[in-house]
Amino acid sequence: MTETNIALMAHLMRRASFGASREELEARVSNGYEATVEELLNPEAKEPVDLYDLFRYQPWTWKPGTIQGMGHASWLYRMLNTDAPLQEKMALFWHGVFATGVSKVDHWDEIIDLVDMLREKGMGSYREILRAVARDPAMIYWLDNNENHAHAVNENWGRELLELFSMGVGNYTEDDVRDCSRAFTGWTITPKLPRFPMGRFDWFFEYRDEDHDHDDKTFLGHTGDLNGDDIIDIIVQQPATAQFICRHLYNFFVADEPQVPAWSVTLPRDPEAVDMLAKVFVESDYDMRSVLRALFNSDFFKEARFARLKSPAEVVIGTLRMAGGADFPSPGLGNLARQTGYMGQDLMNPPSVEGWHTGSEWINSGSLMRRTNFFADLVGDVERPGIQAIIVNLKARGDLSPEQLVEGCLDLMGPLEISDDSRTELVSHAAEDGPIQWGNNGNSDHRVGEMLQLIVSLRDYQFA
Amino acid sequence: MTTAQKDPVLVVLQMSGGNDSLNTVIPFTDPLYRDYRPTVGIPEDKALPITDSLGFHPNMGPISDMYKQGNVAIVHGVGYENSPRSHFRSMDIWHTCEPDTLGTQGWLGQVIRDIDPKKENVVTGVSFGPSMFRAMALPGVPVATVDDLNNYGLLTGITEQAQRDRILERYKNLYAQTIGTGPVMEFLGQTGLDALKGADILGVAPQKYSSTIEYADNPIAQKLKGIAQIHLADLGTRIFYSDHGSFDSHSNQLGMHGVLMSDVSVAIQDFFDDLREHDAAENVIMFVFSEFGRRTHDNGSGTDHGAAGVTFVIGDRVKGGEYGEFPSIKVADLQQGDQVPSTDFRSVYSTLLEDWLGMDAKPIVGGTFEKPAFIETN
Repeated sequence: MTETNIALMAHLMRRASFGASREELEARVSNGYEATVEELLNPEAKEPVDLYDLFRYQPWTWKPGTIQGMGHASWLYRMLNTDAPLQEKMALFWHGVFATGVSKVDHWDEIIDLVDMLREKGMGSYREILRAVARDPAMIYWLDNNENHAHAVNENWGRELLELFSMGVGNYTEDDVRDCSRAFTGWTITPKLPRFPMGRFDWFFEYRDEDHDHDDKTFLGHTGDLNGDDIIDIIVQQPATAQFICRHLYNFFVADEPQVPAWSVTLPRDPEAVDMLAKVFVESDYDMRSVLRALFNSDFFKEARFARLKSPAEVVIGTLRMAGGADFPSPGLGNLARQTGYMGQDLMNPPSVEGWHTGSEWINSGSLMRRTNFFADLVGDVERPGIQAIIVNLKARGDLSPEQLVEGCLDLMGPLEISDDSRTELVSHAAEDGPIQWGNNGNSDHRVGEMLQLIVSLRDYQFA
Repeated sequence: MTTAQKDPVLVVLQMSGGNDSLNTVIPFTDPLYRDYRPTVGIPEDKALPITDSLGFHPNMGPISDMYKQGNVAIVHGVGYENSPRSHFRSMDIWHTCEPDTLGTQGWLGQVIRDIDPKKENVVTGVSFGPSMFRAMALPGVPVATVDDLNNYGLLTGITEQAQRDRILERYKNLYAQTIGTGPVMEFLGQTGLDALKGADILGVAPQKYSSTIEYADNPIAQKLKGIAQIHLADLGTRIFYSDHGSFDSHSNQLGMHGVLMSDVSVAIQDFFDDLREHDAAENVIMFVFSEFGRRTHDNGSGTDHGAAGVTFVIGDRVKGGEYGEFPSIKVADLQQGDQVPSTDFRSVYSTLLEDWLGMDAKPIVGGTFEKPAFIETN
């Protein structure tokens, strides 16, 4: 088992999962890279996360209604405990594209349902995903399609479907927006029942033909009595759609792209990579699983190590999974769930329908401070099982020189690649207290914790 | 400028989501307004008159009072040509002054760079987050992004002070390394160092602060309170940024927009009352804007994305009154159902830059624009 294989597997697992322990990496390397990709692509074979424990101990996480900041606690729990991490990653990916938030929907339950749908369908056909999104009650309410009537057209959904969910700016006209919106008239939700005092009735999609505009519409050159699904069928066939969705995938899984509003005026950083993915997208009849398979097995993916800044969700879940101790639904889960929001990614409550700006826009002095403080608190807690596992592994290597301590910690947290200057700095920090001697130094665990605190404070730790 | 020569301070309040300007400054006697807005129209007797034909939204009492005192400039019909009607593209344009290409330089980022070219003060610009506004972003320019002023500091979880100091010293060395690390790494390095320095500086603001003003219990009032605390601590901050929202009133507009108008108006009143109590209002003006206005016709529940919008400039040194032309709402004058902008947003920026901040607007806004004269000159 070469170090190269471990490093490559660690890369795959940082991107397609939320990172992996050394033990897991070694097991996966013996299985092989492509086999691991296949396993990740087939979540159906895994036991789903059992939410029974969660609801039993934290009943408010089931349909949290309007409890402030609590809507994504059950999602955090899933991401922490899942055996099908790519499925959660894809839910996260689509949530960033079909960004829908409680700031308007006002009720977590419907957004949880939407994310559940994205989890279930996220690796299937993009056409099916779009059809489901167009019928999703949270989305309908979020973009006012329940206010889109045959005789009073509301363009909110129609416009964002084209601008943010499929093709991107510049690939359609204002008339297309208008007629696209008309095609979705009558796509609404069942009457919302008052939330109080009874307040917890689910919302359902409803198509009202009497409120649908049956006159002819012209959309991207197609004319007729087009309905919503006809529009979706036209959209998925557009080359711009394949480019747009694959560029999103590239940005999420491979390397940071500029922000979405810039895509109409800047080329992808690797146009050939996006073209290759777009080709698979079209040839596979918009099958996300096929596109992901091509992506993870490509050279451009394998060569993109540490080319992305981790999103708050990725880095929070990744660090929690590494440190361990958060897998049981204990009190404080709500506070953990809010952490990503403090770092600028309030899940299920994006700043707008555009989703979050990614890459270096995640980082500002406030959010960097939040990241550093949260991770340092986690890894400095040496009683956590994941930190203990690192310490046990280090102990097995015998007494450690300052260099060996630094190398060991970097290795077991990734392996992480850092600059020589940073390494020198870490070594001189370790050298202040001399070598680690497990037998006669009761402070050794604590010193490992402190080294881990310095490592999670590194700039390098923000990259995946 | 007075003899005290306090440096001018600009506070931006962004109404995110597209504020319905036609229900903010309302042509309340115009029968067309009634025709267009059967659902979201404000009744004629509810508007707070500015003139015989224009009135503020009923919940803007505090702004109306400040207007009567001569401290509010209303700039009508602000926007730019060919509005894309996209929140994101439009906000980008406002933030970067680049209507045709992708801008990467925030206009206020450039202001901060010009005020403090040697980066001597990392809190020259302060953005009330949680994430930073693109208007403030410029590679290499420090901006402190504050979410909660009371809990602003690095590695505050390490309680043993000697250990924390030791680690912070290492942190400083680690973040200072720049050789051959690439632009993103360098950006992170600078951000980390700025965070460290900024935390030390801003940490004193809440401690030094006392006031009789109780700010309203809404997010924008609390952000403005933080801004007041930093301003009153005299830390050299010149540019503040904050936002409130969402103003994206496609549906159920009446109730929602009313609450937002009240939030913003009361917050602004609290803020200026606080500054005046401390005799610190004279060198502060506030600029209030949104990325676009909304359609003139309502959609039966709310209003969709439009083009022209209204902006306000507020402060003791503002020459109150109306500026620019209120865009006609006659059917023949509308474009795609929207009021046409009569004032380019870069005009308003130019006045703020040249006549308030005392800098050259041209390189920042990318050209020369007519300047509405809403700043008092003495």
